[in-house]
Parts: sequence; structure tokens; C-alpha cells
Amino acid sequence: MRYLPLTPNDREQMLAKIGAKDIDALFRDVPKAAVVGREAFDLPDTQGEMDVDRALTRMAAKNVAAGSVPFFCGAGAYRHHIPASVDHLIQRSEFLTSYTPYQPEIAQGTLQYLFEFQTQVALLTGMEVANASLYDGSTATAEGVLMAQRVTKRAKAILSGGLHPHYSAAVETVANLSGQVVRAPTIPGRADDIAAMIDDETACVVVQSPDVFGMIHDLRPIAEAAHAKGALLIAIVTEAVSLGLLESPGAQGADIVAAEGQSIGNGLNFGGPYVGLFATRQKYLRQMPGRLTGETVDAEGKRGYVLTLSTREQHIRRDKATSNICTNSGLCCLAFTIHLSLLGEEGFSRLARLNHARASALADALTKVKGVSLVTPSFFNEFTVKLPKPAINVVDALAAKGIIAGVPAARLMPGNADAENLLIVAATETNTKDDCDALAKALAEAVA
Amino acid sequence: MSEVRYTDQHEWISLDGEIATVGITKYAAEQLGDVVFVELPEAGRKVGTGGEAAVVESVKAASEIYAPIGGEVTEGNPALDADPASVNADPEGAGWFFKMKISDKSEFEKLMTREKYDAFVEGL
Repeated sequence: MRYLPLTPNDREQMLAKIGAKDIDALFRDVPKAAVVGREAFDLPDTQGEMDVDRALTRMAAKNVAAGSVPFFCGAGAYRHHIPASVDHLIQRSEFLTSYTPYQPEIAQGTLQYLFEFQTQVALLTGMEVANASLYDGSTATAEGVLMAQRVTKRAKAILSGGLHPHYSAAVETVANLSGQVVRAPTIPGRADDIAAMIDDETACVVVQSPDVFGMIHDLRPIAEAAHAKGALLIAIVTEAVSLGLLESPGAQGADIVAAEGQSIGNGLNFGGPYVGLFATRQKYLRQMPGRLTGETVDAEGKRGYVLTLSTREQHIRRDKATSNICTNSGLCCLAFTIHLSLLGEEGFSRLARLNHARASALADALTKVKGVSLVTPSFFNEFTVKLPKPAINVVDALAAKGIIAGVPAARLMPGNADAENLLIVAATETNTKDDCDALAKALAEAVA
Repeated sequence: MSEVRYTDQHEWISLDGEIATVGITKYAAEQLGDVVFVELPEAGRKVGTGGEAAVVESVKAASEIYAPIGGEVTEGNPALDADPASVNADPEGAGWFFKMKISDKSEFEKLMTREKYDAFVEGL
């Protein structure tokens, strides 16, 4: 089969068929203000390789790489150290095609690491089954809501006010078509009164802990309130390293856990590709989206791995499939599995403690600055401080000095007046004491 | 002795008073291969004629089971949870799927008799 783009002749035929004069005629309804004209790009038709290299290198030099400055951004994406061994191992030829392994006879390596990955995710989240990953934490959250709607045959999803706004947006985009999505008001540094919102129509409550401000929540009362009304609790984790220190969502009564796995083995990657973790209870297995690898034996009785429960998936069940997720984040999930295997249970727990210690020391240093107060009384490796002036201005001022101070809450929740002076600050094992001292000093100057 | 009728979707339905029992035929069970899971409707669910009522999952495929006639489900076969293989072992007996209270007996009369169904399968 040829795989060629359309020829000019193909295009002409298609345009003639629908009665459009040319390609531009297809886009004439796009508002003028939204149109980026060709002249805006001002690109030469051809250019030599060296010239292109020089031009792009010049542009790339304008970026400030996270590793080159004191860097305290979190809010859903975390900078952690990735040992060189991870990058080396994920590039082994056995792993090079990480596409969905439909043929177990040629994909035992891939299937085995996916099985290990599922085991790790189930252990970390405290759940009974996990799938072979989804695209990222936000889409995993949306899939969790759809799953809860299938399980409970109810329409309403209640999102906690501490859920990352990008996750809320993903849920609203996906789940609004199949049901109703309501969000509790956002109150930084407080547990919201979500239990009171649960009624007999509620399919699920979606609670993030640590939340978008870094605050840790006790999921138990929410789980109890949800279960009393026949609703499910979906626990969301955006910083997977927190699972090395905090009690697992499963132990606190969650029915579904959706998490972002980027912080283990994967770089910031300018926002993606990331890896969605998804785990649930055995009794909901058949309603779980995504690929699942299972252990079995071959004709000779030797241990082997296969994709399992595929009959419910899209390539067999078409429009009746459990979900439209037909692939996973293979390479990111491989990096996750390898890094976590290298750390081991004890190493992972130590990494988590180190993160919390760094963040605690930083919070102490920042709250010594006059006019700066801590908003989140309990946190893991990320916390929110209230500044005496708008956080966006402070972050810009510090960026000019080569310090990336964190994520202004107002950038995530524009229009929320309460968020204006809030700064979300993350500290990981990558932040040195010098980094933290530099931030505290620069912050003191900026708010003085 | 209750009467039994068949559909071109390879379901059988037996009628005892106003309570009908629904399952899949031996032919269907053989085509599906080993059944590994059956998703059954909960009691009280109303289904229209030809509406989706259950899902049967085998090692080869997952397929919908349709209600041969409209009515209200009274129970699913509790034994299928632990032993879905009974659908293969005894499809037209112990491997029944669900019982329902039917609303219109004349619909039942319109379905195929055993004789007609056997001829139908013969022609496939």
C-alpha cells in the first residue's frame, strides 16, 4: 500500500465534489482575528542544513532549561533526577517498538515490562488491578469519570475544588457528553465540603491529593460519604513520588485511582508525552479502560504474557468497546518501570522522604520572608504561599534574575481573585540548598 | 412443560405463564467458543423487543444478547458469575441468562419454533 499525501489532482477532485473554489474557501468562516496569514511566518522556500541549524540553535538558546537555573515549578509536572541508566536501558533494541503488542509470540519483552508496570502501579496506589497505562494523568481522570458512569449507571461527576484546573478541563471536555460535571468551589488550603454535594444521582467524586496547591487531604471521610450514596471515589495524584510517603489512595477507600506518572523516570518534556496511571478494584475490572497484560502459560507450560480481556476493546468490539483508548504510553511507561525497579521499595521511599524534607526546609525559609505566609498546612513536596503582591509579577521579576520561582496560581485559574497573590512552589531532590537560599533571598527583595 | 421459541440472533426463550427465560442456543455457544464472562441485566430493567439485554464474552469475541420480546427483567442467572462455562456445557438448560416478565404474549408466538430454527441454522 502506498502511503503518499494527496496529489494536487486529488485535491482538485475533492474540492470540485464539494463545490469549493480552493482550500482557502474551506476556511472562510474562520474569524479574521484568528487567522494567521502566511506572511507571519516569513520562511524562505529553501535553506541549507547549517543555516537551519544556526537559526534553530539561536532560537533554542532563548529557552531557560529547567536544569540550568534554580527551578521550583510543579503544579502537575515535576523535575526529578533521572539516572543515566534509565535512558540507556529504554533504548535497548528489545524495547524499540513499544506499539501495542498484539502478537505475544514476538513481544514477550514488552509484555513482561507492561506486566511489571501494572504490578508497580497496583502496589503504589494500593489497588487490586492496574492497566498498561493511559496517555497522561488528566485523560486518565476523564476515563475514570466515564468508567464510574458505566459502573454506577449514573451521570453526575463532582470534582473537588483542589483538582488541577487542566484535569477539570479534560474531564469537562470528555465527560460532559455522557453526563453532568459539577465542580466544588476552590478554597486554597482547605478541605472542601464535597461530601455534602453527593446525592443519589452522583456517579463519582473526584478528589486530588496532594491537591493543586500541594495540600494533602484525608480521603477516608469522602470515601465513606460517597459509598453511603452508592457513588465511587476517584482519587487523583499528580505527583507520583508522593505515593512513596503518603498512605495509598486504595488504603483510604478509593475505588479508582488515576495518576500522572511523569515524575518517575520521565522528564518534563515540555508538557508531554507523559504517562497516565490507572488502577481500580478487581470487581470493576471489566469496566476498566485501556490495555491490560496478563500472565499465562504457553503450550509447554512455561510462564508467558499476553494482552488480556481484549475482546472488550475497540479492535474487536468496535463501537461497543469499553473505551476508545486503544494504546498506551509505552516508552514513558517503560522509563517509569525501569526507574522504579532501580530505586526499589526502600529507595523510592527514601526519595519521597528527601522530597518532603527539601520542601519543608524551603517552606520554612520562604515563610521567614516578611509578608509571606504558608497557605497549605500539610503538604508533600509542593506548597502554596501567599505573597504581599500579585504572584505573576513576582515570578516575572525573579525569572529576570534567573530564578524560576514556581507557578502563580492565577495562571492556572485566571479570574479567581483569591488566587492572585498565591504562588505554588515545588521542591524536589534536584533542588540544592543553594537553590533554596537563592529563592528565599530573591523573594525577600522582590516583595520588599 | 413450557414452550420454547428461537430467534435469528440465536437466542432461545421459554415461556412459563408470563415469565420467560432467555439464553443462547447450542449453535451460538459453539460459534462463540469458551465463554469467560456474562454481563447480566439487573432485576427491574425494562427492555424493548430486540433491545440489548446482556453481553456474553468468550475467548474470541464479546457479543450483545438481545431480548427476543420486550418486558421487565426479573433476575439474571446467579450461577453464571462463578461458572460462565456452563453456557458451553448446557446452553439450553443450566446456562440460561436471565428471566423476564413479558408484556405481550403474541410476540412470543411470532418467533421460530424448534423446527423452523433448525432449518434456519441448516441454511447458514
